[in-house]
Amino acid sequence: MKLSNALRAATALSVMTTGAAFADTITIATVNNGDMIRMQGYTDDFTAKTGHDVEWVTLEENVLRQRVTTDITTKGGAFDIMTIGMYETPIWGANGWLVPLDNLSAEYDAGDILPAMAGGLSHEGTLYAAPFYGESSMIMYRTDLMEKAGMQMPDAPTWDFIREAAAAMTDRDNEINGICLRGKAGWGEGGAFITAMSNSFGARWFDMEWNAQFDTDAWANTLNFYKGMMDESGPAGYATNGFNENLSLFQQGKCGMWIDATVAASFVTNPSDSTVADSVGFALAPDTGLGKRSNWLWAWALAIPAGTQKQDAATQFIEWATSKDYIELVAAKEGWANVPPGARTSLYENENYKSVPFAQMTLDSILSADPNNSTVEPSPYVGIQFAAIPEFAGIATEVSQEFSAAYAGQQSVEEALAKAQAITNDAMEAAGYR
Amino acid sequence: MARAATTQRKALNTALAWLIGFLIFFPILWTILTSFKTEAQAIASPPIFLNFDWTLENYSVVQERSDYMRFLWNSIILAGGSTILGTMIAIPAAWSMAFVPSKRTKDILLWMLSTKMLPAVGVLYPIYLLFIQLGLLDSRAGLVIVLMLINLPIIVWMLYTYFREIPGEILEAARMDGATLKEEILYVLTPMAIPGIASTLLLNFILAWNEAFWTLNLTAVDAAPLTAFIASYSSPEGLFFAKLSAASTMAIAPILILGWFSQKQLVRGLTFGAVK
Amino acid sequence: MATQHSRSAARLMMAPAVILLLGWMLVPLTMTLFFSFKKYLPLRGDSVANGLEWVGFANYARFLSSSSFWPSVQATLIIVGGVLVITIVFGILLAILLDQPMWGQGVVRIMVIAPFFVMPTVSALVWKNMFMDPTNGILAHLWKAFGAEPVQWLSQASLPSLILIVSWQWLPFATLILLTAIQSLDSEQLEAAEMDGAPVLKRFWFIILPHLSRAITIVILIQTIFLLAIFAEIFVTTGGAFGTKTLSYLIFQRVLESQNVGLGSAGGVYAIILANILAVLLMRVVGKNLDA
Repeated sequence: MKLSNALRAATALSVMTTGAAFADTITIATVNNGDMIRMQGYTDDFTAKTGHDVEWVTLEENVLRQRVTTDITTKGGAFDIMTIGMYETPIWGANGWLVPLDNLSAEYDAGDILPAMAGGLSHEGTLYAAPFYGESSMIMYRTDLMEKAGMQMPDAPTWDFIREAAAAMTDRDNEINGICLRGKAGWGEGGAFITAMSNSFGARWFDMEWNAQFDTDAWANTLNFYKGMMDESGPAGYATNGFNENLSLFQQGKCGMWIDATVAASFVTNPSDSTVADSVGFALAPDTGLGKRSNWLWAWALAIPAGTQKQDAATQFIEWATSKDYIELVAAKEGWANVPPGARTSLYENENYKSVPFAQMTLDSILSADPNNSTVEPSPYVGIQFAAIPEFAGIATEVSQEFSAAYAGQQSVEEALAKAQAITNDAMEAAGYR
Repeated sequence: MARAATTQRKALNTALAWLIGFLIFFPILWTILTSFKTEAQAIASPPIFLNFDWTLENYSVVQERSDYMRFLWNSIILAGGSTILGTMIAIPAAWSMAFVPSKRTKDILLWMLSTKMLPAVGVLYPIYLLFIQLGLLDSRAGLVIVLMLINLPIIVWMLYTYFREIPGEILEAARMDGATLKEEILYVLTPMAIPGIASTLLLNFILAWNEAFWTLNLTAVDAAPLTAFIASYSSPEGLFFAKLSAASTMAIAPILILGWFSQKQLVRGLTFGAVK
Repeated sequence: MATQHSRSAARLMMAPAVILLLGWMLVPLTMTLFFSFKKYLPLRGDSVANGLEWVGFANYARFLSSSSFWPSVQATLIIVGGVLVITIVFGILLAILLDQPMWGQGVVRIMVIAPFFVMPTVSALVWKNMFMDPTNGILAHLWKAFGAEPVQWLSQASLPSLILIVSWQWLPFATLILLTAIQSLDSEQLEAAEMDGAPVLKRFWFIILPHLSRAITIVILIQTIFLLAIFAEIFVTTGGAFGTKTLSYLIFQRVLESQNVGLGSAGGVYAIILANILAVLLMRVVGKNLDA
């Protein structure tokens, strides 16, 4: 391994190009999402500019998390760049496991990163990961079905309206479900959705003393509302539907509404994949009038693990992949609708991008999400669809499994909440919070 | 009259066996068929069985995204290396168990098997830390050793049951003729046990090929085999049944073909001493 | 009859295998035991280099008192038991069928053993997406074709679905071993019984089944070892939801998802104990068949 790397580096050196003092081969772990796959296709552009080669390790999201977490906690050093999210970045940054990104070039213009994204990827004001793309969540709905139901979608609807509209749009004979939502177990799947939704119902994960709050009315209301609406108007088997399943249902024309990540907007409006591309409208995620909406905030970002030998090359890659130039490159090759969204302010000031139908609603959704102040009642944690503490992923995965079992009718909502309460308190005790 | 009855019975057996065989094989067949469809046809309702526009597009997309040959090569090296190494260590052990049995032979065999019961995930951290210390992370050598150790008990056991069927008198005779222990094993025992060794090699090659925990968690680039290849297709954004099928077909095709061609050898030795 | 000389040679030849496996068992086992008495939360910055805090049996107590523990033991036993029953019953029937004269036996055998070559990850992906998906799966289309409501396999029938997937993978193995055993059956004995007018069921019960007992033992033993460790199938299909969390999956959840290595290690020790209890039971019940 070492030898082949050295050889490769040596050959690269002989054809050394502008800027790079040394040609390296960097190893990047990333998730198999569409935008990342596209980035891999443009690796040649990076190599041409810097002389560095790139080895990709592309993994499915869950496998990626388990892989990079093991490597970072043991200082394994298998990767020079890791693709991580808003949940991991502040925790890892606080532990000193990531290289601070405070020396980025002036040309890169770090100040252009959307403040919401930069905030979520920082710890104590230091940026530890650069957003490749960012997202909030919003309503995507079928304008034709909405019209047929004789209703009009407001820009900022309430949950009651959504439930009513879902029931009106549902047409079981033609396999049209009024609403498709995530129900799949996993903290990043159904767990993320229900947590964001619970914020708008006035619920929170923990009170200020880190006591679990699943015994509150707010949580019972959230879950009962969700299950009631999904049983009325949701697709069969929604308890196992995650982002992918709902995306394909929507693209096949089987959903009236879908509340999910803003990045999905470019997929559902892409005529080559979506049968309903020309009749999709957008609206802000719903609320209940308590002052918080049910949209989340997330970014897939690139970070450099501390201790890598190839920090310079890795920094150059991050500057390339999350730059304005990269956006221009994708726009020129594949159109503005396909550029990685949600990371830079300048993108939303670009006249070309303003004509993309979902651009404004994406920006509005991102701007209305505040990770530092996500719940109606005060909470001790940062994060909207998660709490940025190391224990959260494990707890929330187990809790969401109980919820999914309730969605599937294997237990009642009350049973699920009681178990969630016990699981959470037990885990928080084990971690020494209580 | 009797003949008519048997022919009839044979026809009935044939029909039933083909039906069941087809049902068992169907998931694989369907995966292969789907890999040649377009994405739209892959999720068409009702499903299209054969009447679609055959395309190789999925394969070229998959190949463009990930360098299949590199993963394949790693799979071959890891599975092959661990199997050969394991067999080399197991042959002497199995020999001594079969021909110089002691009271504890059975206990040792069962103890060996019991080492397979350690839940892999429980020792991920210890092994990972060990691999970092030894510099074996993402190296083929490290993976070959781990896979060899995982399968060693099975190899020893299979060879042991196979050796036991060889009559001891032949070895006695060889010894009388002045053969040394080494010669005895190399020139008398091994040739007689070739079918058994062949099927042991095959079975363990398959097991090592399909091992998906360590090969995924201890590799990154240089040693990543097909199990890592498939992990980049398992839940993409959107419903890409056709591409998933193409990647799946690419991951299982080599071992499937190998298995089919060598099924006679595999079957002959796959008895674990079940036949007396 | 073995001489002193050959005894020591035998010991020497066994040594590499025994020493390697001893190391492979002891090193991780010792480390697991060590971690199981420690507070080891990697994401909180705990690491071996910094020294770990001794917590006694706290991890053991917590793992046992978790509401997931007993259900996970139960799920493990149901899955292992279910797959064993299915593969053995259908394996015997299939082996008897394949032993009959027929046309194209080779092709049938190729089709039957094929699932054994498929990676667990791939088989789980194929079953989950292309067969059990409640909207686009083949089974859903089949159900709809008969006017029935499609089954939501992985949520409403999660354990049976999982057992089905795993059984599909292991049926070829069982069938092959049982088939070889059946083929070794003395056909004269069977023919004699047929002449005597013994009915099919009696012939099966008194001649074939006893003959197969050794093969069945081996199938049970080998499969149990592999089935206790199944992971990819659960990871890909349900992620441990809907009551499919086995003991080894629970350990995965503690170690990797919750990042509590101490707790997971304690779980690992329990899993080893459970596996050994099962092994001893197996030996007691079936060990006599296996005069190794």
